[in-house]
Amino acid sequence: MFSADFDYFRAGSVAEAGELLAKHPGAKLLAGGHSLIPLLKLRLAAPGAVIDIGRIADLQGISVADQLTIGALSTHAEIASSSDVQQHAAALADAASQVGDPAVRNRGTIGGNVAHADPASDLPTVLVSLGATVTILGPDGKRSVNIADFFQGVMMTSLGDNDLITSIQIPTASADQVTAYAKFSHPASRYAVIGVAVTLTITNGTCSDASIAIGGLVPTPTRCKAVEDALRGQPLSTSTIATAASTVINDLGDDLLGDVFASAEYRKAVAHVYVRHALTTAAKRVK
Amino acid sequence: MSARIFGSGIRRREDPRLITGSATYTDDITLPDMAYAAMLRSPHAHATIKNIDTKAAVAAPGVVAVYTGADIEGQLEPVPCAWLLPDSDLKIAGYPCIAKDVVRYTGDIVAVVVADNRYQAYDALDLIEVDYDPLPTVINPKAAAKADAPQLHDDIEGNQAFHWTVTGGDVDAAFAEAETNGIIIKDRILQQRLIPNAMETRSAVAQYNRASGELTLWSTTQNPHIARFLCSVVTGVPEDKLRVIAPEVGGGFGSKIAVYPADFLTIFCSKSLGRPVKWTETRSENYQATTHGRDHVQDVELSATKEGEITGLRCTVYAGMGAYLSTAAPGIPTILHGLMLSGCYTVPAVKEDVYGLYTNGVPVEAYRGAGRPEATFMLERLIDVLAAKLNLDPAAVRQKNFIPKFDDGHDVVTGLTYDSGDYPGGLTKLLEHTDYKTLRAKQAEGPINGKYTGIGISSYVEICGLGPSQVAGAIGFQGGLWESAIVRVHPTGKVHVFIGASPHGQGEETTFAQIVASEIGVDANDVKIFHGDTDNTPMGWGTYGSRTTAVGGAALAVAVRKIRDKAKVLAAHLLEASAEDMEYADGKFFVKGSSDKSKTIQDVALMANVAWDLPEGMEAGLEASTFYDPPNFVFPYGSHLAVVEVDTETGHVELIKYTALDDCGPQINPVIVEGQVHGGVVQGIGQALWEEAVYDDSAQLTTGTMLDYALPRADKLPPIEVISTVTPSPHHPLGVKGVGEAGTIASTVTVYNAVMDALKPLGVTSIDMPFTPERVWRAIQDAKGN
Repeated sequence: MFSADFDYFRAGSVAEAGELLAKHPGAKLLAGGHSLIPLLKLRLAAPGAVIDIGRIADLQGISVADQLTIGALSTHAEIASSSDVQQHAAALADAASQVGDPAVRNRGTIGGNVAHADPASDLPTVLVSLGATVTILGPDGKRSVNIADFFQGVMMTSLGDNDLITSIQIPTASADQVTAYAKFSHPASRYAVIGVAVTLTITNGTCSDASIAIGGLVPTPTRCKAVEDALRGQPLSTSTIATAASTVINDLGDDLLGDVFASAEYRKAVAHVYVRHALTTAAKRVK
Repeated sequence: MSARIFGSGIRRREDPRLITGSATYTDDITLPDMAYAAMLRSPHAHATIKNIDTKAAVAAPGVVAVYTGADIEGQLEPVPCAWLLPDSDLKIAGYPCIAKDVVRYTGDIVAVVVADNRYQAYDALDLIEVDYDPLPTVINPKAAAKADAPQLHDDIEGNQAFHWTVTGGDVDAAFAEAETNGIIIKDRILQQRLIPNAMETRSAVAQYNRASGELTLWSTTQNPHIARFLCSVVTGVPEDKLRVIAPEVGGGFGSKIAVYPADFLTIFCSKSLGRPVKWTETRSENYQATTHGRDHVQDVELSATKEGEITGLRCTVYAGMGAYLSTAAPGIPTILHGLMLSGCYTVPAVKEDVYGLYTNGVPVEAYRGAGRPEATFMLERLIDVLAAKLNLDPAAVRQKNFIPKFDDGHDVVTGLTYDSGDYPGGLTKLLEHTDYKTLRAKQAEGPINGKYTGIGISSYVEICGLGPSQVAGAIGFQGGLWESAIVRVHPTGKVHVFIGASPHGQGEETTFAQIVASEIGVDANDVKIFHGDTDNTPMGWGTYGSRTTAVGGAALAVAVRKIRDKAKVLAAHLLEASAEDMEYADGKFFVKGSSDKSKTIQDVALMANVAWDLPEGMEAGLEASTFYDPPNFVFPYGSHLAVVEVDTETGHVELIKYTALDDCGPQINPVIVEGQVHGGVVQGIGQALWEEAVYDDSAQLTTGTMLDYALPRADKLPPIEVISTVTPSPHHPLGVKGVGEAGTIASTVTVYNAVMDALKPLGVTSIDMPFTPERVWRAIQDAKGN
């Protein structure tokens, strides 16, 4: 990597990371490096300082108490293979196992991933569906932000300059809840051209509640209210799934993303297929 | 020891060092006091340079020198083109190592910075201020031929680099006849631009010795001897004082044939500064400035009888050459393309016009297959369309038109003489092996859940083993095409082989050792192959065009047989027998009828080297050399089959099955052959399904990184089945043909045909490659009238 010149600091603790951020305006945090390093390489980012938080023990680990807590430094590989995540947020394990390739999954972290807020990222879509909360340490102390309020635009979040994500909280799954993630991955980058996460509550064979999010083709992960409404009170049959999935067209809004590989028009036209795939997978998980 | 090692799938001796990361590539070369060069490349595809201000860069920390176009005037000759296509009105545009007045593609070099380290060099690039005045651009080769197209070079009218034709038979009569009594098929085929993507990017290290005037260049080249020749011409370092070393080279696929401006500039910097200088491109720079492949717009017509007998092929090809003509560029869409027009069929009449056009893109060069995939595609696609129009099975149409089996020469309409082949036999074996009838029966059951099955086949013959030097001269190739080998047997019977070819991943260190082992009975592990250093290997013309084994291997076989002949005479002398009574088998020279009276090659090697007791007149030593100029090209061939499933709801294509049948003659190492076919097939599939270098309207490379340019991935591919037939080349000492490009030549159109076969029931007739889901989806929507 032949980036522009920068000062490198390794923070030993969360507190030290905070102090370094305060001391070096414009500094960037380095965790797994899979969003920052490519930008440095291409000289699209040239921060004066890089603060390495990659070895802070307090930011590591996945645990379950009243919520599922995922430390910001948890890698995609750790998330994908965690039995706690598989039990309480299967869709997140699905998504994490489909990020990039093994090398990326072994280095990239959930904290870095959500902080980068790439609209083509997988995890943000799942976290919106799961109703996650982001715990942030800032100059004024700790705060929790609902994931829906966290993402504010393409690569824009509610994080302040001196903020640091410490963990992500996800409500534990009840026995009647199923989740799933379906993805149309870009053949080169493996980012999501379209990604759909579903969290369904099934009561006596009927969908009593649904939280569905779509990403990839929209600037920030977007709740699919029309699909959710169409599902509530319905059994999860092939036809109700297909009918509900087709309503996603009403959830996408006007600001659709496209590129040389897949235009916005095309993504819009096929989005329902991936909603259907995610719902179908979730339906199969109903015990 | 195994004398039967020819044909054995022994492990590649190259692999341990490659797999463990202990190989030495050019970028691994580090010399005392070495400085680093970085190239400032134009962000504009076409612009005049109004002013360059390098003051801040010169003053930046660590910067040793900054050079612009003005600094190299009179110091470096223009970048040469080495394939001077005859009878084609060839117009070679001036190709300066550093653009001085006009830039013509995004990546044209405008300045060079040399600094104490690479970081400083890149930092200084950001400090150079260039004032550009943008000009209009053109990237599509057919658009470049239009009268009102932006003009790239003042002295070249209509952007036309050349106009080359090939004709055979009376094509107009064939089409006139088909007009009234037969059928004419027309198609427009786009061969998109591709990025070769060698795993190792390009690099150069130059070390100039001011005291001796000698210069060593470590270079990522497929052909170090050609590089030495061209570097000498451009930089003025005499050939005897110039040493080019190709250390480990991490693939090339054609992109490391050319000698590039950056190579000459690295030499220039070292010479000017008296310090070793290294330049290594980044991956983005590789995409932006290392040669691309393909880029044809093809208007193709085929005439046939109503029974499906091909009577003629007529086509016009617009070949994008990029902003300048790269080293071998003019020969690729012409000689290596047009001469193979008639493929493996009896086609009585052909005519092709090829227009080479300057466009505002990276120069286009050879890319695995080089001209032959583009030729195979045209014919194999049109045969499928013909079959569909006549409601015939595409395999049956091929069988109807194949050249019958031949084993010693067959003249075709373009003027070539193919060496040997059994095209009908190959396809028959493939269809039997894959149970083609059952595949078709299953397809006839119709789509399941909106997924349509398609079956594609293609049959190819290709020209490789380039080639007789006399022909090279006649077709304007500015070099010979022979190969050389020196074989030296040491006193203990261990062997050193020095070859002029320059393998870079193909495995010839292994297969060449197998050739020696099987000819004189030494252990393959006792044979060391030296290549890639102009100071210790004999002259050779390089590794490309599937020629290393086809020509270099032939040279080696001839040289090692000279060793065997001498050994036989010496063995006879030692056994007090007559040379005529000697026989050789399994590493032993023995007297006919009495195998107990024998000498091994080791016995003979010791005596030859100590020379205590030699026959009268025999020179000491056991060494032989050859310059082998082949009497003809070799023509490998085969037939491939693919099965795909197309999801009509989203346009996704899934490759379900792929079987390759190739005939490259006797296989020295079948595992290496299989590996070559696998790699080649996958690269060709990449063109059909994923790869495309996309330039936007202002000729900016949109697919500028691996985030955007999709390469084949293992998890998107089915197991690739490789089967073969064996038809020896009648003129090759070992009967072998080339195999490096065969897979690529066949697989693109095989997969294309399969996808179009799947979409046939929906009325889709044409889709441009690659088959991105959106393109397929749109074609389906259009066919539905949506």
